[in-house]
Amino acid sequence: MTTTTLAVLVPLLPFLGALAGLLLGRTAPGFVRPLAVVPVLAAFVLAVLVAVRQGGGSPIEAHTQLTPTGSVPIDLALDIDGFAALVAVLVTVVASCVQIYSTGYLRDDPRYPSYAALVSLFTSAMLLVVYSGDLMVLLVGWEVMGICSYFLVGHYWETPEARAASIKAFLVTKLGDVPFLIGLFALATDAGSFRITRILDTVAHGGLHHPTVVALLLLAGVAGKSAQFPLHTWLPDAMAGPTPVSALIHAATMVAAGVYFVARLLPVFEASQAAMVVLAVMAGVTMVGSGLSALAQDDIKRVLAYSTIGQLGYMTGALAVGDRGAAVFHLLTHGAFKALLFLAAGVIIHAAGTNSLAAMARMSDLRHRIPDAYWTMTVALLSLAAIPPFSGFFSKESVLGAAEHAVHGDTAHVPDAAGWIVLVTGLLTALLTAAYATRLWLLAFHGRGAEAPDHGRQPRTMTLVLWVLAVPSLALGGFAYRTLPDWFDGQDLTPALTTSVIGTGVSLVGVVLAYGAWRHLAARAAGTPLGAVAAHPEGDAALVEAEAIASHAAAYGDLASAPDPADPGRLLLGPLHRHAAVGFHLDAVYAALFVRPVQAGASLVRFLDREVVETYVRGAAALPRLLGTAVRRSQTGNLQTYVSALLAGTVVLAVAVVLVATGA
Amino acid sequence: MHLAYPAVLSALLFCTGLYGVLARRNAILVLMSVELMLNAVNLNLVAFDVWLSKAARDTLHSGQALTLFTITIAAAEIGIGLAIVLAVHRNRGTADIDRLRDTAEGHGPDGDDDGDAAAAAKKAEASA
Amino acid sequence: MTPTATAVSVAHATASRGFLSPSGVEVAFVLVGLVTFGAALVSVTTRQLVHAALWLVVALGGLAIEYLLLTAEFIAWVQVLIYVGSVVVLLLFGLMLTKAPIGRSPDADSGNRWAALAVAVAAAAALVWVVVDAFRTTWIDFGGAAAGSTKATGASLFQNWVLPFEALSVLLLAALVGAIVLSRKAKAETNAPPVSRSVNSRTVPGGSPSVPDSRNHPIEGTGREAAQQEGAR
Repeated sequence: MTTTTLAVLVPLLPFLGALAGLLLGRTAPGFVRPLAVVPVLAAFVLAVLVAVRQGGGSPIEAHTQLTPTGSVPIDLALDIDGFAALVAVLVTVVASCVQIYSTGYLRDDPRYPSYAALVSLFTSAMLLVVYSGDLMVLLVGWEVMGICSYFLVGHYWETPEARAASIKAFLVTKLGDVPFLIGLFALATDAGSFRITRILDTVAHGGLHHPTVVALLLLAGVAGKSAQFPLHTWLPDAMAGPTPVSALIHAATMVAAGVYFVARLLPVFEASQAAMVVLAVMAGVTMVGSGLSALAQDDIKRVLAYSTIGQLGYMTGALAVGDRGAAVFHLLTHGAFKALLFLAAGVIIHAAGTNSLAAMARMSDLRHRIPDAYWTMTVALLSLAAIPPFSGFFSKESVLGAAEHAVHGDTAHVPDAAGWIVLVTGLLTALLTAAYATRLWLLAFHGRGAEAPDHGRQPRTMTLVLWVLAVPSLALGGFAYRTLPDWFDGQDLTPALTTSVIGTGVSLVGVVLAYGAWRHLAARAAGTPLGAVAAHPEGDAALVEAEAIASHAAAYGDLASAPDPADPGRLLLGPLHRHAAVGFHLDAVYAALFVRPVQAGASLVRFLDREVVETYVRGAAALPRLLGTAVRRSQTGNLQTYVSALLAGTVVLAVAVVLVATGA
Repeated sequence: MHLAYPAVLSALLFCTGLYGVLARRNAILVLMSVELMLNAVNLNLVAFDVWLSKAARDTLHSGQALTLFTITIAAAEIGIGLAIVLAVHRNRGTADIDRLRDTAEGHGPDGDDDGDAAAAAKKAEASA
Repeated sequence: MTPTATAVSVAHATASRGFLSPSGVEVAFVLVGLVTFGAALVSVTTRQLVHAALWLVVALGGLAIEYLLLTAEFIAWVQVLIYVGSVVVLLLFGLMLTKAPIGRSPDADSGNRWAALAVAVAAAAALVWVVVDAFRTTWIDFGGAAAGSTKATGASLFQNWVLPFEALSVLLLAALVGAIVLSRKAKAETNAPPVSRSVNSRTVPGGSPSVPDSRNHPIEGTGREAAQQEGAR
């Protein structure tokens, strides 16, 4: 088979699997699990094959035009360069792990067939985005992901949180997609084509008429999909979905799409200095804000969600300083360890029967109940905190190194300001990241109090994939930083000495601070009993999680935080804690800025419709109604009235006849 | 005798009966008015019979025979009519034509009265 | 009382038109006609229901006299026997059985009185106009044998009208049976619900007298009516 055929099969297989799963889900339940896992695994194998054949050389390109589409042609185009090949491998790895994990996680879920099919469809859409060489085809995958995320986040639709979260995810990403679409059209109009290669050629020759406007429009869509400030608010709420879905969305698919898109079209953004600065500011605000918020969250998955936003901030930061190699490098390592973190968190929630860190902090021995999750999560958290020699260290240092280059003015097209912003906020975020990773680890695994409930061994499918993902989390960065430049633009990804030392030092400071705070507050934890566990610990993991999510607000008074005085985050953040826990009131601001005006407008429209438009309608109906009433009057039911009318008519007719007959 | 005398008297009696049929509220008074109309017709028949038997040498006396038939039929009609009125009165508790409006459009105040009367009649029967 | 006034004036007009040859018969006919018409008018306008029936007697009797004046003696006596004798009595029975109020009842006329008046006056005007226009030069000749003598009527009836006469007797029989069936059917209907049946089977001394009344009287009425119809034959 040619490489092109293989590459076409990569997105096609999960799509067919999704189709078959949806069709056979009810009639042949026995086929659902194989149909969910096998196509994604096959796609993984094919993606690896494609990556090997591409080998970092010249991009594989193929295109065919189905039908003429007017002035700007739309091609079914394939454009696989080193970025695409490697991201596709990451996507298929994570998707395979998620599918295998889900067979255990949603063991008894009646809606598993549709769930698995949607995950496959989601994977297929992401692969389409990755491989597509045409922006219109890319947009198809982009939007299919949006709708899949809506369904998957709302998987526990019995709970109001999940319903609200799915609608929010859909609306917020769509809010970004509208300017994104306009930006795409503007870009294609300038280039005369939706093909990425043609667009990049046009940009290289300076053919873009309004680079800043186009770049900013595209950035809106990217911010929506990749959960960057100010459109990131859907991501923490999307934790109301099942944990494997969170892993898929956060590690490989949805949020990666935005970063990947900017990486593909980086020259377009580089054409505008303003866009790069905006990108840098966006990254900086996102990183610091999410780091602070993550420190204040009580729900273990919301901590990870904010950490995803922060790590995505690193990637956009790398893009803002013009180093897409570093960005995609971080995307790869982050994909591995974030998927691992989420899947391990799913195991923890199942074992502990709660998603609240405050409750876990009052359970001892949790780490002995789930040793697989404990060890793999430790690896992943170290990677997240960028401690050498874990993967996260190398990718994060490559980002910081690129920022340092930009500060020195070594990078073309990149303003110094962008470099400074990314460097300073990146270092600050390293501190925060290490702190919240440490807090998460200490609270989850080193609680003190009653023994954790014993629910028996976790399903093997769930623990196995943890170890599979632990390998790249541990070693990918160390092995890859030398070979990856061959696949990417050729920029060096080796950690620079200064940033390495400063970054690692800052991270260690964060670890120590968090540990110190935890030790300081250890005594208080025993004094304030807190916590609630799921009502059905013997159920499958999905059921336990759904119950934990539904009961969090009821048990702790808030969806995001818990009134736990022993929380080291509370001590470290001080007065900021209150604001950080609710994401710095961004939702409230949006409610005041957008929701209320829209609702007021809606009530105004309703008023106009009811009182103004309706009046005309009623007025138009008044005359017929009046006539009808008058006619109805004649139907009295009184025989004498009828006979009177009849005889009157007879008399008139008779007189008329007589008059006519006599010729009067 | 001028033929116009009986003819005009007949027309006037007929219209008087017509007024009674249209304006009276009690069903039995309506029946009385119907009798008046029938008698007006009878007068017509008799007068024209007399005129024809002289003027046209008519020996059939169809007018007088028809008058006799009309009187007989009127007697039968009054018997049946009274039986119907009594049946209605027994069922509805009234012989008032204004209140027998089951075919009225909608259920106005008259319909309600009707319903009330029927309910009252049922109640009276049940208590009897 | 405009209708009365106009009607009277019309009657006078017709009388004056035939004034060329005033005979005693014509004078008597007009006078009795005025009385008849007046009685009929009072009968359809009075507010006392029983009085209406009595005024009807006057009107019908007046008509009988008119028949006599028209030389139709047999018809006149049949009129007296059946109408004045039986029909009015039947109507009075009906009034009693339906518990018609005795004395003035304010709602004797319905709300469409004025529409009825308009229709009646219009019809009267049209009819009188047409009749007067058609017969103003026609006279009845009372010379020779009386046209309506009992002998002539009887001969005509039993020579030329035997078949309709017999058919009429069948109609009378049908009416007799119909009247009985109607009253019996009404009773059966009231008896149909089980509640009523049990009520009827019960012998409550203080029960409402309306049920036995309404059960007995119609039958009695139809019996009389049948007898009178026999007499009419």
